[in-house]
Amino acid sequence: MLTVNINSVLNLTSIIFFIGLIGILLNRKNILIIIMSIELLLLAVNLNFAALSIYLDDMVGQIFVLFILTIAATESAIGLAIVTVFYRLKRSIQLEPIKKRALTKI
Amino acid sequence: MYLLVVFLSAIGSCFAGLFGKHLGPLGSIFVTTSCLFLSLFISFFIFYEVALSNSVVYIKLTTWISSEVLHVDWGFMFDSLTATMCIVVISISFLVHLYSVEYMSHDPHLPRFMSYLSLFTFFMLILVTADNFIQMFVGWEGVGLCSYLLINFWFTRIQANKAAIKAMIINRIGDFSLLIGIILIFANYKSVDYATVAILSPFFKNSSASFLNFNLELLTTIGIFLFLGAVGKSAQLGLHTWLPDAMEGPTPVSALIHAATMVTAGVFLIVRSSFIYEHTFSVLEFIAILGATTSLFASTTGLLQNDLKRVIAYSTCSQLGYMVFACGLSNYSVSVFHLSNHAFFKALLFLSAGSVIHAVNDEQDMRKMGGLKNLVPFTYSTMIIGSLTLMGFPFLAGFYSKDLILEVAYGKYNSTGHFCYFLGTTGAFLTAFYSIRLIYLTFLSKPTGFKKTICCALDSGQSICIALGCLAILSLFIGYLTKDLLVGLGSDFFGNAIYVSVKNLNMFDAEFIPSFYKTLPVSLSLCGLLLGFVLYNFKSKELFLLKISDFGKKYYSFLNRKWFFDKIYNNCLGQVFFRFGYSTSYKFIDRGIFETLGPTGLSLVSLRIASNLHKTQTGYLYHYTLAILIGLTLFISIRQMLFFMEHLLDYRLYVFIFALAFFSTNQKERI
Repeated sequence: MLTVNINSVLNLTSIIFFIGLIGILLNRKNILIIIMSIELLLLAVNLNFAALSIYLDDMVGQIFVLFILTIAATESAIGLAIVTVFYRLKRSIQLEPIKKRALTKI
Repeated sequence: MYLLVVFLSAIGSCFAGLFGKHLGPLGSIFVTTSCLFLSLFISFFIFYEVALSNSVVYIKLTTWISSEVLHVDWGFMFDSLTATMCIVVISISFLVHLYSVEYMSHDPHLPRFMSYLSLFTFFMLILVTADNFIQMFVGWEGVGLCSYLLINFWFTRIQANKAAIKAMIINRIGDFSLLIGIILIFANYKSVDYATVAILSPFFKNSSASFLNFNLELLTTIGIFLFLGAVGKSAQLGLHTWLPDAMEGPTPVSALIHAATMVTAGVFLIVRSSFIYEHTFSVLEFIAILGATTSLFASTTGLLQNDLKRVIAYSTCSQLGYMVFACGLSNYSVSVFHLSNHAFFKALLFLSAGSVIHAVNDEQDMRKMGGLKNLVPFTYSTMIIGSLTLMGFPFLAGFYSKDLILEVAYGKYNSTGHFCYFLGTTGAFLTAFYSIRLIYLTFLSKPTGFKKTICCALDSGQSICIALGCLAILSLFIGYLTKDLLVGLGSDFFGNAIYVSVKNLNMFDAEFIPSFYKTLPVSLSLCGLLLGFVLYNFKSKELFLLKISDFGKKYYSFLNRKWFFDKIYNNCLGQVFFRFGYSTSYKFIDRGIFETLGPTGLSLVSLRIASNLHKTQTGYLYHYTLAILIGLTLFISIRQMLFFMEHLLDYRLYVFIFALAFFSTNQKERI
C-alpha cells in the first residue's frame, strides 16, 4: 500500500493555500482570478481537512470537507452572480474603476 | 491708652479714606491730624510710664494663629525702645501731617493722601509695638505697601509708577529673606515671640541648622537672613537703589517714609534682634562692614547729584549706613540715639527742601535755583540748621550721635572698628561738603532760575512754618536733651530691650580714645564745610574747569550716575531676568514644551494619526487583503511574540514612543 508522509501532504496544502493568497494579493485587475484564488484557498483547506481526517482516523474532518464543498459552491455561485451584475452595470469587470468610483464618491 | 496710640491713626485713616468724599479736604485734614495729635500726647504718657518709670507693658489682645506649636498673638509690647520709636514716629508723622495741610492744599486727592499717611503711621506703629516676629512682619509689609501707595500718589506720572514698583519689588527681596529668617526662627525655637526667642538664644549658640542641605551655624544663618531683610528696608549697599528713586512721591512722603520712619525699620529690626546678633560675631562684622561701605558710597554719590531731593536721599542712605555699622559694632543704643536724632533733622531737611521746591514753582534741579537766601529767609534758616545738624556741627543733635558712633567705632580697637571709623570719618567730611554745596547752589549763589519764578518766590505759609519751626527746635536741642538718657555712660534706659554681651561692650573704651581721633570727625566736617564754601564761593571757575577736564568728567559721571549701580543692575540682572521670563520660561517652557505635550500637541497628534489611518484605506482591494493578512498573522503570532520578547520589552519604552509621536508630527503642515 502506498503510504504518503503526512508532512508532505501538509506542505502541499500550505503551498496551494499560499498560491491562492498571493493570487489575491498580487492580482490588480481581474475579479475572476480572485474568485478562482478563493476557490483555490478553499480547496487547499479541504485537502488539509481530508488528509488530517485520515491521519487522525476521525470522521468529523470529512464531514467538514463536505460542508465546505457546498459552501464553496454557493459562494462561487453568488460571487459569479455579483460579477455578472457588476458587468451589466459597468460593461467591465476591471478592478481599477471600482477604486476610482470609491474615491470619487468620497 | 496703649492700644489707642496704635489704633488712633488707623481710625483717622479709615475716616479720611472711606468718608473722604463727605468730609471734604478740610474735614479729612482735621480728623487725621487731630488723631495724630492725640496719639502724640498719649505717646508722651507712654514714654513717661514705660521708659522713665521703667515699667514694661505687655498687652495680649487676642489670639491670631493657634495651630499645634505655632501660637501667634496680637500682642503689643511697650518697652523703652518701643516708646522711643513711638515718640519719634508719631511726632514726625504729626508734623508731616501738619505740613501736608498746606503743601498739598491744591491737590484734588487730599483726603486720599491724608488717609495713606495715617495708614502708614499705623503700620509703622504696628511694626514697632509688636511683641512677635509675625506681627512685626505685618507692619513691615504694611509700610512697604503704604510706601508703594504714597510714592505712586500722583499715579498719572509714569516715573512715579516705575519708582513705586521698584521700591516695592526691591523691598520685597529683603522681605523674602526676612521671612526665611522668621521661618528658621520658628523651626528651631518653636516660637516667634521676642521674649521666648531672646531667652532661648544662648542655648542655640553652638547648634547648627540645616538650610538647603548645608549644615550652617543656626544663629549665623538666622542673623544673616534677618539682616538681609533690614538691608532692603534700610537701603544698605546692594538693595539701596530704590531709595533715591522713591523721591518721585510728594515731598512730605519723602520726609516721612524715606527719611524718618520706614527706612529706620531695618535698623529697628537689628536693634530688636540684638539678642540674636550678640551671639554671632561673624554676622556683626558683616553688618558693620556693609554699613560702613554704604555710608561712604552714599556720601560720595551725594556729592554730585543735581536734584535737591536726591542729595538728601543719599544723605539718608549714608546716615543709615552709620546706624547700621553702629549696630554691627554692638552699640545698639547709640544707633537708636542716632536714629531718633536723624529722624528729626532729616525730616527738617526734607520739609525745608519741599518748602524751597514749593517756592520756586516745583523746580527740583539745584542748578536752576540759586539766590533764594533773601527771598525765603525762614526756609533758609531751617535748612541751615538741618544741614549743620547733618554734618555734625558741634552741640547740635547730629554732633552728639554721629561723633559718638565714630568714637565707639574707633574704640572697638579691632580692624573692623577702624575700617568703620575711617570710612565714617571720610563720609562725615563728604557729608559736610555736599551739604554746603546744596546750601550754596540753592540759596547763596547768583540766581540761575527763570526770572518769573524768582520773582514769585515766597516763604511758605503758616502750617509749613510751624512744622519747620518745631523740627528746627527739636533738631537743635534733642541731641543734647536725650544724650544722657539714651547713651549716657551707665544709663539703664533700655533695660532688657537691648542686649549687649559683655564681650562686646565698649562704651567705656570709647570714652578714652586718643583725643586726636575724637576730634578728627568734627574737624574734618568743619574742614569740609569751609572747603565747600571757599570752593563754591571763590573758586567756582576752577571747579568748573576741573569738571570739564578729562579726569574730572570721568569721576563726575561715575558719581553722578551713582557708581553705575542702576545700570549694572539693569543690564546684568533686570534684562537677564526679563529675557529669561519671556524667552525661556514663557516662550520655551510654557508655550513650547507644555503646549506641545498638552492641548495643542495632543490634538495635533491625534489628527495626524487619524489622517494617517485614513490614508491607509486606499480603495485598492489588494491593499485591504494585505492588511487583513498581516493583521491575521499578527493576531496568530502575538502570543508567541510575547513569549519571546517579554523580557526585552520595557513599558517605559511606550512612554518614549508616545512622546516621540508628538515631535514626529509636522505641525506646520496641518494648521
